[in-house]
Amino acid sequence: MAKIGLATTWLDGCSGCHMSLLDLDEGLIALADKVEILYGPLVDYKTFPDHADVTLVEGAVSSEADKKNILHIRARSGVLVSFGDCAVTANVPGMRNRYPVEAILRRGYVENADLPLLKEDEAETQTCETTFQEVPRLCRIARPVHEFVHVDVFLPGCPPPPEAIFYLLSELLAGRIPDMRGRTRFGA
Amino acid sequence: MSHHLPKKLRTDLNPSRLLTFKIDGRDVSAREDESILAVARQNNIAIPTLCHLDGLSERGACRLCIVEVRGVAKLLPSCVTFPRQDMEVITNSERVITYRRKILELLFTERNHVCSVCVSNNHCELQNLSVELGVTHVHYNYLYPQLAVDASHSRFSVDHNRCVLCLRCVRVCDEIEGAHTWDIMGRGITSKVITDLNQPWGTSETCTGCGKCVQVCPTGALSEKGKSVAEMIKRRQFLPYLQMMRGRQEESWQK
Repeated sequence: MAKIGLATTWLDGCSGCHMSLLDLDEGLIALADKVEILYGPLVDYKTFPDHADVTLVEGAVSSEADKKNILHIRARSGVLVSFGDCAVTANVPGMRNRYPVEAILRRGYVENADLPLLKEDEAETQTCETTFQEVPRLCRIARPVHEFVHVDVFLPGCPPPPEAIFYLLSELLAGRIPDMRGRTRFGA
Repeated sequence: MSHHLPKKLRTDLNPSRLLTFKIDGRDVSAREDESILAVARQNNIAIPTLCHLDGLSERGACRLCIVEVRGVAKLLPSCVTFPRQDMEVITNSERVITYRRKILELLFTERNHVCSVCVSNNHCELQNLSVELGVTHVHYNYLYPQLAVDASHSRFSVDHNRCVLCLRCVRVCDEIEGAHTWDIMGRGITSKVITDLNQPWGTSETCTGCGKCVQVCPTGALSEKGKSVAEMIKRRQFLPYLQMMRGRQEESWQK
């Protein structure tokens, strides 16, 4: 039997869904003969392949790079899976959506940062200038993957339980689109 | 909810009529003053609900209990619809199920329900309904409204991000505790539950601090302070008992 090509990726996520994938334990051995991992944070390939039969997308679409990448990935994927709550609902990355990007960055990188080298009066006048020269520009809000591209299977959960991931991959290997209802849900 | 329907005294002179009708093709009998939802549950026919709670008056707020009635174009909420002789009720048609899912999805989009970091994760009626109704994602755009958390009360807090406007808190405070601290302001999607005259909960003069509102809240909107993610387990078993005891008091006053 030919192996299926599997790609995994994360956008604005915490990698917890990938940890849950690793939590398949001996399930990974059962899948190893049938799956070839073509791309993802668990392997060392640098570019997304021309075609992946199945792609698991973790994380919300949160930056201009995410937007570009998800279109690229969609065009090169057979079955695209929204992998976990951030991809399905925007989840925790979406909690910033109520505030302007500037306020988020100031909170994260100025107010909550230690500034040991600055004197007290300097710290007070320290401003946050966001330039996005080295890092991708943050979008105004983080959104679920399916608001940008067509998603074939939704796998909610924070993270999705390993049993649900195993069921999903087994069904896809058998050539079926899995029905995930009742196997996982929003939340931890 | 200031105008309760007076309890109709049932006597031999004023008997409650019995009638028969059909639910999902099954013949059922009911008193005329029992809702379709109540009759369905007596007959082990499951209808999903969110704002309904045994021991409180019906509100018809969430619309998840909608059913089809043959000959009626609109879907009707079964908790506030009463049977008629020979009525035919359908609780599980494709149309009903589709609309229930849409209602649930819209509830998720209207506020910021981030299940993974919620005190009520694992013990939430909204979260459970998404499993029950097979909702694995939401088809509509999330609104991400800017809503406050009021933690001014010494023991409880209210997180409007997680409120589904079921109004159980309003009802239990009015009908069981008798304080009517909670109420609702605004219209439609901008409605909000409030304490007293829309003031911080901690400054409320009418709140007795009994915590019944917290226990009946189906989500993590009302919670006890000091509870972290997934730690808020609510207990509601006192409600039917309290309602019974309140009823007994009223009877003794009438004598």
